[in-house]
Amino acid sequence: MDSGEQNVTDMTLRSSSVSAAEAASRSAVLRRLRLTDLVFHGLTRGAALAVLALLSGVIIALILGAAPALGTFGFSFLFDESWNPVTEKFGAVAPIYGTLVTSAIAMLIAVPVGLMIAFFLTELCPKPLRRPIGIAIELLAGIPSIIYGIWGLFIFAPFLQKHIQPFLIDAFEPIPVLNALFAGPPYGIGMGTAGLILAIMVLPFVTSISRDVFDAVPPVLKEAAYGVGCTTWEVFRYVVLPFTRVGVIGGFMLGLGRALGETMAVTFVIGNAHHVSASLFAPGTTISASIANEFTEAVGDLYTSSLVALGLILFVITFIVLAIARYMLLRLQQQGR
Amino acid sequence: MTITNGHGLATAVPVATHAKVDTAGLPEKVSIKNLEFFYGDSRALKGITLSLYANKTTAFIGPSGCGKSTLLRILNRMYDLYPGQRATGEVLFDGDNLLRADQDINLLRARIGMVFQKPTPFPMSIYENIAFGIRLYESLPKAEIDARVESALRRAALWDEVKDKLNANGQSLSGGQQQRLCIARTVAVKPEVILFDEPCSALDPISTAKIEELIDELKQDYTIVIVTHNMQQAARVSDFTAFMYLGELIEFGATETLFTTPKDSRTQAYITGRFG
Repeated sequence: MDSGEQNVTDMTLRSSSVSAAEAASRSAVLRRLRLTDLVFHGLTRGAALAVLALLSGVIIALILGAAPALGTFGFSFLFDESWNPVTEKFGAVAPIYGTLVTSAIAMLIAVPVGLMIAFFLTELCPKPLRRPIGIAIELLAGIPSIIYGIWGLFIFAPFLQKHIQPFLIDAFEPIPVLNALFAGPPYGIGMGTAGLILAIMVLPFVTSISRDVFDAVPPVLKEAAYGVGCTTWEVFRYVVLPFTRVGVIGGFMLGLGRALGETMAVTFVIGNAHHVSASLFAPGTTISASIANEFTEAVGDLYTSSLVALGLILFVITFIVLAIARYMLLRLQQQGR
Repeated sequence: MTITNGHGLATAVPVATHAKVDTAGLPEKVSIKNLEFFYGDSRALKGITLSLYANKTTAFIGPSGCGKSTLLRILNRMYDLYPGQRATGEVLFDGDNLLRADQDINLLRARIGMVFQKPTPFPMSIYENIAFGIRLYESLPKAEIDARVESALRRAALWDEVKDKLNANGQSLSGGQQQRLCIARTVAVKPEVILFDEPCSALDPISTAKIEELIDELKQDYTIVIVTHNMQQAARVSDFTAFMYLGELIEFGATETLFTTPKDSRTQAYITGRFG
C-alpha cells in the first residue's frame, strides 16, 4: 500500500534525524538564520543612523557655508534690511519677514477653510458628493508647484490686479491701520498673492488630515452632544474640535512646514524685492525664493555665503516650528490626563 | 381586537395585548400613535401605539434588533442625523406632535434628554461638561451656573466624588462615574423626559446598582424611558414595561403584571429566557 510505504519512509527519516550529520546541518541552518537576522538588524540600524548622519551633514554644510557671511555681518545679518550685491552688504530681514508673512496669510486662510471642508465632508455632505470632493482635494495636493507658479503669474495675479486689489485699496483707505495693510499700487504680484497661492497649496494637507481625525470621533459622542441640544456648529466647536485637536495641530504643522519652505510657486508671484513693507500688495521675497532666484547669479563668496546663511535661518525657523508643535502636543496630552 | 386604555381612546391594535393597567389617574407625557419607522426601505417599527406616563419609568425590553433602541431614538429625533431614516405616525409630547417637520429639534433635545449605552463625556473638564449644556440655553451669572452644576452633580450622586477635582478632564473618571456625569449633564439642562439607552451595559455591578438607584430617584421629577437587555433591571427599575419583538409592540403593561402573568406566549417565552 502506498500510504503504508510512505509511513515507513517517514519513520526512517525521523529516526535518522537524530544522527550527528543531521544535527550538524541543522545547527548550520540556525547559524545562517542568525546571520541573516544580524544583517537585517544592521540594515535597519544603518538606515536609521543614515538619517542622523544626513541631518548633521546638512547642518554642518550650512554652518560652514554660512560662516563667511555670518562672520562678516555678525548678528546684524538678522536685523539688516539691505541686500546689495554691488556693495556686498547683505541682511536677512526682508526674506525672513516675507517668509513669515506669506506663511501666516496661508495658514490664516487654509486652516479655517480646510477645517470647514473636512467637517462638511465628514458630517454634512450627502454620500454621493463625498468621494468627488475628497478626490478633488487630493488632486489639488498633486499639482506640481511650478504649475501653481505659472497659473499664479499669468492668471491669478492679473485677475487680482484688475478686480480685487483696486477694490480693496479703495475700501480700506479711510480705515486706519488696515489702510497700511492694503496700500499702494495694485501690482498683482506681491506678498498677498504669494500667501493666497500658498493657502491653496496647503489646503489639501490641512483638509485631508482633519478629515481623517474627524472621521475618528465616535458617533455616540456626537449624538450625545446633539442630545443635549447642540447645534451643528456647537458640536463642531465644543466636541469635535477639542476631541481631535492633537490631529488637527498635526495637520496645521504639516501645512505650515510646506508653506515655509515652498519655493517655486512663491518665486513666480512674490515680486522678488528685498523690501519690508507693511502693505500686502507690495512685492517682497521669501528665504527660499531668494535662494532659488539668486544662486545662479551670485558672484563673490560673500554673496553665496549670505544665501547659504539664509538657508540656515530657514532651517532654524522650521526647527523652531516643529519644537513648538511638539511642546504644544505634550501640553495637550498632559491636560488630557 | 379592540382595547380601551385609561383615557377612553379606543384603538384597533391587532397584535398587542395590553395587560389591564390601572392608568386612569395617570397623565400621559408622551403618546405614540401608529408609529412606523424606516431605515431606507426596510420597516423597522410596525404600527407602534404606546403611552409613556408622567413621572413613571417605562422599560422597553426585547431581543436584539426588535426595535427598542430605534423607538427610543425617535423620541428625541436622533434619527434626523442620518439620511434615509424616517418616521411616520404621531408622537405627541404634551399634545404636540414631535415628528412634525418644523419642530425645533435642538429645543426638543433639551426637553428630552438622553443617556447613552457608553459613557460619553465631552472632551472638557467635569465642570464644563455640565456647564456647557446649561450655557446653551441660558445666560446665567457664574455663581448660578456653579450652583446648577453642583445640584446636577448631587442629583447624579457624583458630587462627593468629584467636588475636589471639577477642573479635571471628564474622560479621566471611571466608567461608572462618567456615566453618572452624563446623567448629571442631562439633568442640568432641566429636561422633562430622560431616555436611557442601555445605560448600564458597559458598567460593573456596583456602578449599575448606583445608576438604578438614581433612576428610581429621578422619576420624582422626570418621565423616564429605559431600554435594557437585562430583564432583571427592567423588573427592578420600571413601573411599566413594553415587550417588543421584530419591530412590533407585543405587550405593554404594568411591570409587575407583565413579568408575573404575561398575556402573550412570546412575552412568556422571552421573560423565561427561552429565546432572545
